[in-house]
Amino acid sequence: MEDNNKVTPKRGFPGQKASVQATLRWQGREGGAMAFPEPKPRGPELPQKRLKTLDCGQRAVRAVRFNVDGNYCLTCGSDKTLKLWSPLRGTLLRTYSGHGYEVLDAAGSFDNSSLCSGGGDKAVVLWDVASGQVVRKFRGHAGKVNTVQFNEEATVILSGSIDSTIRCWDCRSRRPEPIQKLDEAKDGISSVKVSDHEVLAGSVDGRVRRYDLRMGHLFSDYVGSPITCTCFSRDGQCTLVSSLDSTLRLLDKDTGELLGEYMGHKNQEYKLDCCLSERDTHVVSCSEDGKVFFWDLVEGALALALPVGPGVVQSLAYHPTEPCLLTAMGGSIQCWREETYKAEDGTG
Amino acid sequence: MAALDGDSDEDLVSYGTGLELLEEGERPKKPIPLQDQTVRDEKGRYKRFHGAFSGGFSAGYFNTVGSKEGWTPSSFVSSRQNRADKSVFGPEDFMDEEDLSEFGIAPKAIVTTDDFASKTKDRIREKARQLAAATAPIPGATLLDDFITPAKLSVGFELLRKMGWKEGQGIGPRVKRRPRRQKPDPGVKIYGCALPPGGSEGSEDEDDDYLPENVTFAPKDVTPVDFTPKDNVHGLAYKGLDPHQALFGTSGEHVNLFSGGPEGANNLLGDVGVNKGRKLGISGQAFGVGALEEEDDDIYATETLSKYDTILKDEEPGDGLYGWTAPRQYKNQKESEKELRYVGKILDGFSLASKPLSSKKIYPPPELPRDYRPVHYFRPLVAATSENSHLLQVLSESAGKPTHDPGTHSRHQLNASKRGELLGETPIQGAPTSVLEFLSEKDKERLKEMKQATDLKAAQLKARSLAQNASSSRPQPSSPDVGHCSWHVALSGGTAPVRASNFKPFAKEPEKQKRYEEFLVNVKRGQKDALECCLDPTMTEWERRRERDEFAQAALLYVSSHSTLSSRFTHAKMEDDSDQVEVPRDQENDVSDKQSAVKMKLFGKLTRDTFEWHPDKLLCKRFNVPDPYPSSTLVGLPRVKRDKYSVFNFLTVPETASSPATLASSEKVPQHQGPDKSRKPSRWDTSKQEKKDDSISEFLSLARSKVGPPKQESSPLVNKEEEHTVESVSDKVNKGVDSQTEGEGSRPSMDLFKAIFASSSDEKSSSSEDEQGDSEDDQEGTREADVKGSQETDLVETLSVAQASEPAPQEPAPFFPIQKIQIDEREEFGPQLPPVFCANARQKLEAPLKEKHKKNKEKHKTKKEHRRKKEKDLP
Repeated sequence: MEDNNKVTPKRGFPGQKASVQATLRWQGREGGAMAFPEPKPRGPELPQKRLKTLDCGQRAVRAVRFNVDGNYCLTCGSDKTLKLWSPLRGTLLRTYSGHGYEVLDAAGSFDNSSLCSGGGDKAVVLWDVASGQVVRKFRGHAGKVNTVQFNEEATVILSGSIDSTIRCWDCRSRRPEPIQKLDEAKDGISSVKVSDHEVLAGSVDGRVRRYDLRMGHLFSDYVGSPITCTCFSRDGQCTLVSSLDSTLRLLDKDTGELLGEYMGHKNQEYKLDCCLSERDTHVVSCSEDGKVFFWDLVEGALALALPVGPGVVQSLAYHPTEPCLLTAMGGSIQCWREETYKAEDGTG
Repeated sequence: MAALDGDSDEDLVSYGTGLELLEEGERPKKPIPLQDQTVRDEKGRYKRFHGAFSGGFSAGYFNTVGSKEGWTPSSFVSSRQNRADKSVFGPEDFMDEEDLSEFGIAPKAIVTTDDFASKTKDRIREKARQLAAATAPIPGATLLDDFITPAKLSVGFELLRKMGWKEGQGIGPRVKRRPRRQKPDPGVKIYGCALPPGGSEGSEDEDDDYLPENVTFAPKDVTPVDFTPKDNVHGLAYKGLDPHQALFGTSGEHVNLFSGGPEGANNLLGDVGVNKGRKLGISGQAFGVGALEEEDDDIYATETLSKYDTILKDEEPGDGLYGWTAPRQYKNQKESEKELRYVGKILDGFSLASKPLSSKKIYPPPELPRDYRPVHYFRPLVAATSENSHLLQVLSESAGKPTHDPGTHSRHQLNASKRGELLGETPIQGAPTSVLEFLSEKDKERLKEMKQATDLKAAQLKARSLAQNASSSRPQPSSPDVGHCSWHVALSGGTAPVRASNFKPFAKEPEKQKRYEEFLVNVKRGQKDALECCLDPTMTEWERRRERDEFAQAALLYVSSHSTLSSRFTHAKMEDDSDQVEVPRDQENDVSDKQSAVKMKLFGKLTRDTFEWHPDKLLCKRFNVPDPYPSSTLVGLPRVKRDKYSVFNFLTVPETASSPATLASSEKVPQHQGPDKSRKPSRWDTSKQEKKDDSISEFLSLARSKVGPPKQESSPLVNKEEEHTVESVSDKVNKGVDSQTEGEGSRPSMDLFKAIFASSSDEKSSSSEDEQGDSEDDQEGTREADVKGSQETDLVETLSVAQASEPAPQEPAPFFPIQKIQIDEREEFGPQLPPVFCANARQKLEAPLKEKHKKNKEKHKTKKEHRRKKEKDLP
């Protein structure tokens, strides 16, 4: 656990300086030049080589999230902080503190200029990346905020809470109330995802609701078991739903039909993340037995059970373009790459 | 520049105008700065040469638009509070006033197009043109125009022609013989078959004899009234000097500048028509007499002012000075009356009214109360059947109206036999349908008698009361004192103070109201002749009597309404429809079949519900998506208003079929019943129910955390036992967590009970409920609440003590359970206890605690499970 942990935060001044530079670079990378080359056509590789383990120093890491281009990641700590990392280098770039309770979820905007986070203090916070200041604090949820998402243009923050509402907060105006409150769920919201015109929400009442803004319809799919995580497939045709019956289901977005079922992992108590791999080839899910499970999306066969550690894999994030996985267990995060991966530039 | 080098002019090409050479000692003239080189319009505003000179759109202040700053969105409304209405701008919004005026590019006034313009209106103008032509230096220049007229007729003409009308005729059915009254005015041009003018009465009669029987005549053409508006500053009816009159008229005549309106115009017309016969040529005063002229005009006529009026007055009749400007009343006085008449066919037996109809009096609609909202709520209709009779009753009670009067049968309440009777069928001789049919004849007779007797009695009573009412409310004019007595009694008996300011029955007539108030004051003083002395002495006897009646009635009404009604009613503090809630129109329907579908993995149609959902307009804007329902103001799911405590809200719940009888009998049952299982037990529902037990369960959990951990690890059974012990500690509290969770399954929600047992009198208990959250036991009422309150305070005390002693660093083993329970509580009851996390302890404890949690979960069933699932739990 401690082997790769060479970079520890709070080193002092030089480290601070480096973090500022990195922050600037983070800001400079707006929609375009990626650090990674375009993936060459090759067979899907699964990230199974542990590249790095970072002790985040923020007690339990509640969630780990990539930024929009996958160069940076955010960790939500139970010590009320949100931290921005460069996972490959293993450097801490900035710490965002201002939450009153543990931070439960975070997301970055499309232009990397702002972050949003929600936590146990029932507040949704909009952060300025560079300055680390709180830009807005949206209050109104009656319970802790489980999940937050920006919309495509980072004009709206959607937050799902255990008060069974999704609230749409306007980042443009100074209005303190949400634009709209989606209170159709009968129980807490565990997961919210946003596409360009849809809002996908999983709720503990066992339903996945998809609000289609363009059509003006609400599609509610009954899954039965409390839903822990939902996500769109990258082609936007399917939704992946994980629920507390230790099952992941791939549903057709338009009809709600079951396209695939993935079992073998263990998820009966906790809110665990699931996702699809960078090219929709595999379904990835956390498990309570300390592994990350990979299934082939089409066949539904278990492709890999990646042992991470002794605890529960609480959260994971998949790189948007590369076979790169971040997992969170306990107070640390792990960065995984494919076997053939060679460190390109001088990573620490 | 041209002057720079004078010698080599041939070599240089010069552009522009050279500057003038400065003279010695002269200071160079300052050029006019660019911003001063402006052109202004007639109002002193800057004129800009945008577009053509016909008035293109102005581009605003210094070529900006609208204002100095440029565009100012005039309808800008801050989107924080309220959104600006979408306003569509037309080109007019960007135009100047001049553009909208009569001569601008977009005149506002409606002008009749040529197609619809009437010819007659133009006659005067036409005449003026002819006159102008006659007086023009080259007479006859407009002749050509007269010959060549565009063959354009107005639509009205064409329509009339299609209907057989000919020019010059009047409109209407043809008449047999020309009525004598329609004798044309001497001056008016006559179209069609005209009688020879200028005959005496007698001669006309003779003419009548000439007419053959079968000849019909078109009615006389009616000269339309000239409606040209007065748009000059001359006096009324001033026409100006008629050049024809002045030039061609006999010079000795009097010139009247004021004539009688259109008639005068017609005269003018006729005159010119007559003069048409005259040869055109240069003529008139001061032109001399041409060689070809036969008449010897008085060419040396002199204008004298005596020819003109110096005062505005009608001329005396009979002075013989009337020319074409004669006042109309001397011409045909009768005609003017008959000018506007009904021209259509008069039905047999009818004649034209000699007097015009009196105009109808229009009464204003009754004034609505200020807060009146014209909304009608439709009560749900339920057909009365045996199954839902109770429901019907509840409904009607909730609607505030009594059950249907059995006397008034509606169509649906008739049974088959009654309908048969109505239809005149012979009744079926089968099974008797009514109890009455089992009675013997004698009994029936007796019943009938009794009924008649009671009816009679009731009628008598009614009649008597009516008589009393009549005598009291309407005092006879012959003996006003009788009436006085009644209202004196009423007024003095009702001790209510006379506040005339509130109640103004005669507010419409201030005089009357004043009298009424005076009357009230008198009455209050106890004067017997209160009425008489305050009435208006100028009124007639009948009016006085009437008013006396009115005052007495008003006084009675006022007193009764004020004293009796006001003591019983107060003003509503809340809106009337506050007992209505908005319910989503479409509900996600029953889960049970979906569950089976999920079990069979039949995802798709079976598990999917689709609803119409209205996103907020702003949300659509932010998502760059067109609003799917641009015309609706709705947000979210479409909602309908329902009675808050209506049984209908619960009809979808299958188990609500719980008959009211059992509900009524089961006073204690609800305590052991949780919310309905078929409704998906929501975490928040349960938490609401538990909220009341907030402190109790806290106490329980604390006690458990203190005592529990070592035991908990042993077995869940022990755990249960331990809970029971805790329950015994808090003995009065019979709602332990367990019993609650166990009973959770079968109890319908509180609102159903409210719907069924709701009566307006249990406000008190409901308010106490509110304090406790949505508690389970409203039957226990306030007594229970009191007990609870005392307990709660006790518990809070113990709680604080427990909290103080709670974080025991020397005990690593109970550490996690405390945490666990705290988290649950925090989730459940808000952030009371901050979580205490320790990374090391957590890591170590992880594996064994897992197992224990599972056991806990089994025990605590679904509710706890939900609670924990939520949490991204401590690993």
